[in-house]
Amino acid sequence: MPIIKNLEDLKRVREEAHENRKRETAAGQIELIVGLSTCGIAAGARDILKAILEDIQNNNRVRIVVRQTGCIGLCEKEPIVQVVVGDQPKVTYGKVTPEIARRILADHVAGGKVLQNHVINL
Amino acid sequence: MRTIRSMVLVSNDLISMQRGAQDVYDRLQAEIKAYGLDQEISLAMVSDVGRHDALPLVIVYPEAVVYGPLKVEDVHGLVEEHLYKGRIVVNLQASNRELSGKIAWLNTRKGTLPAEQRIVLRRAGIIDPTNIEDYILNDGYATLGKALTYMTPAQVIDEVKKSGLRGRGGAGFPTGTKWGFVAKEKSPKKYVICNADESEPGTYKDRLILEGDPHSIIEALAIAAFAVGADEGYIYIRGEYKLAQERLKLAILQAEEMGFLGQNIFGTAFNFDLRIHCGAGAYICGEETALLESIEGKRGQPRTRPPFPTTHGLFGKPTLVNNVETLANVPPILLNGATWYRSFGTLSSPGTKVFTILGNVNTTRLIEVPMGITLREVIGIYAHGMKNGANFKLAQTGGSSGSIIPASLQDTPMDFDSFAKAGVALGSGALLICNEDTCVVDLAKVLLNFFRTESCGKCFPCRIGTQRACEMLEAIADGRATLKTLDQLMDLSTTLVNLSNCGLGQTAGTPLKDILTYFRAEVEAHIRLGVCPAGVCNTTEAVQ
Ligand SMILES: Cc1cc2nc3c(=O)[nH]c(=O)nc-3n(C[C@H](O)[C@H](O)[C@H](O)COP(=O)(O)O)c2cc1C
Ligand code: SF4
Repeated sequence: MPIIKNLEDLKRVREEAHENRKRETAAGQIELIVGLSTCGIAAGARDILKAILEDIQNNNRVRIVVRQTGCIGLCEKEPIVQVVVGDQPKVTYGKVTPEIARRILADHVAGGKVLQNHVINL
Repeated sequence: MRTIRSMVLVSNDLISMQRGAQDVYDRLQAEIKAYGLDQEISLAMVSDVGRHDALPLVIVYPEAVVYGPLKVEDVHGLVEEHLYKGRIVVNLQASNRELSGKIAWLNTRKGTLPAEQRIVLRRAGIIDPTNIEDYILNDGYATLGKALTYMTPAQVIDEVKKSGLRGRGGAGFPTGTKWGFVAKEKSPKKYVICNADESEPGTYKDRLILEGDPHSIIEALAIAAFAVGADEGYIYIRGEYKLAQERLKLAILQAEEMGFLGQNIFGTAFNFDLRIHCGAGAYICGEETALLESIEGKRGQPRTRPPFPTTHGLFGKPTLVNNVETLANVPPILLNGATWYRSFGTLSSPGTKVFTILGNVNTTRLIEVPMGITLREVIGIYAHGMKNGANFKLAQTGGSSGSIIPASLQDTPMDFDSFAKAGVALGSGALLICNEDTCVVDLAKVLLNFFRTESCGKCFPCRIGTQRACEMLEAIADGRATLKTLDQLMDLSTTLVNLSNCGLGQTAGTPLKDILTYFRAEVEAHIRLGVCPAGVCNTTEAVQ
């Protein structure tokens, strides 16, 4: 990352990052976002993260970015996994188990079918 | 489980009652039942909601729609359309203008995550906390840049003052005023400190802010340092918060690398270095002067005040101490302006408050809602009602250093002034919701035991008082007490509140006063009848 010396620098960095993200989204990149706060981790989010990474590797899934994030305020629904496919709206899954995580990858990410039973309506 | 999906509130102040609020309420009740919705919709009267041109007013949550003035004839259509079919009845809606005070925020929070208003937590759960690029993409460090480039320290403080922001660490002291005190000191060395000790039982809001959005606190501290003229800062973080510590350390490294910390930030003459100091598990070190002692490497005991930290703080230098949540409010205020900030919450307590909800409710969670929300709303909407449909008996605010709030106060707006007027305190943001299986004597015992163990022992009202209070409460619970014990307990409560050196001893007196004020009959039953009405205490122990 470059050193920021003034507001123009900051703006440039932001715009570059923005362009990068836009390009990735346009290319149909899929984002899997796992809630990794204390509440998520206590509910088993690390296992979910592991299951997702393993599944991606085992099945040679491509164009998937796995990210972590903080608490969205629904501690009771953790572990929470959010899925963003390209520029479609975000889908939020709650009480995810490793099994459900694998199904998210197979059915939703690869197959394009949302697992309605596990979606939390915000 | 009775999960409430919608809540209907009817205003019943004097004017509303004169204009038929009771009839509207009765008809609503009948219609809701007729449609078979009474298990999922709660209905309540909520006194004065602040708008006098359209009474009686009916508010439907979570959509936050305001209907009024409502006539009995309108009720049938309203229930059928809105509550049964889910369509807003536009022609019954109150006009948007003149929404004021407590309900001003209803309009603004529509469509946000579970009908909340997120200012402090706007990035938590959205960005990757370990990635500074994510933060920058979401306006990160833009406020610091704006402040350093275009504003003077006095202007920054002025904007914070105008926003009406008040400390979220418990006491609610006006933040801008505190900043002004430190800025006014003529000293070549000053410090800013973020209080992230958060040791109140049940409070974990600061932790989740730090874990979800660590850069926001770094940015806010840098702005605070610029405003008060400091060049060094500390984040005093609770020792147990390992994940938050890791993320903060990483964030500080990233910020240093990009020049947001260090020398000549944003190409200006402003320098700022930031360090993390980890606590070692003492609750008292969250008290700001004990915290200073702790950083200085001494025993964590509160100092005698005055002098206050704003003039004689860390290493004797003027020091600003602010809570995590307070600081997290600062960048959005400077970015969007004080007027914007004042559009949330109430007149005397603008903005939002982060609460952690615990206890006998269906959903325990973290919420950020506008100041001035009521307990009834919190329980009904955000906690999805009481567990097993039980009755709400009381709420304990602020972990331990708040108040015991009886059900009769559940429609009091939760902001600093309304609570102070009602004689209770908001505390740090934990809401422990209890049902009728909770015994107030037992609850007070737990709280006082906490204070007794955490008392630092420096001053005797607290050191001895908390011990004696525990003994008296135990005597009441065991059925050994007399009515005289209650007088002594009240006396002791006054002593603790008035004579303790710091906030710990002072708040230790609060639960004693609260149970004797709001639940006197229940306490007396332990003594007069030898029974615990909630069936918790074993009052026969003394007989054996
Ligand atoms: C016993 C005791 C414990 C406290 N613990 C905390 C704490 O954990 N975190 C906090 O921010 N403030 C705590 N405070 C309040 C601080 O003393 C201080 O008022 C606060 O940090 C000021 O910040 P604010 O103006 O932003 O609220 C505590 C006070 C007392 C008396
Ligand atoms: S009130 Fe209690 S905690 Fe505070 S200084 Fe006195 S003994 Fe210590």
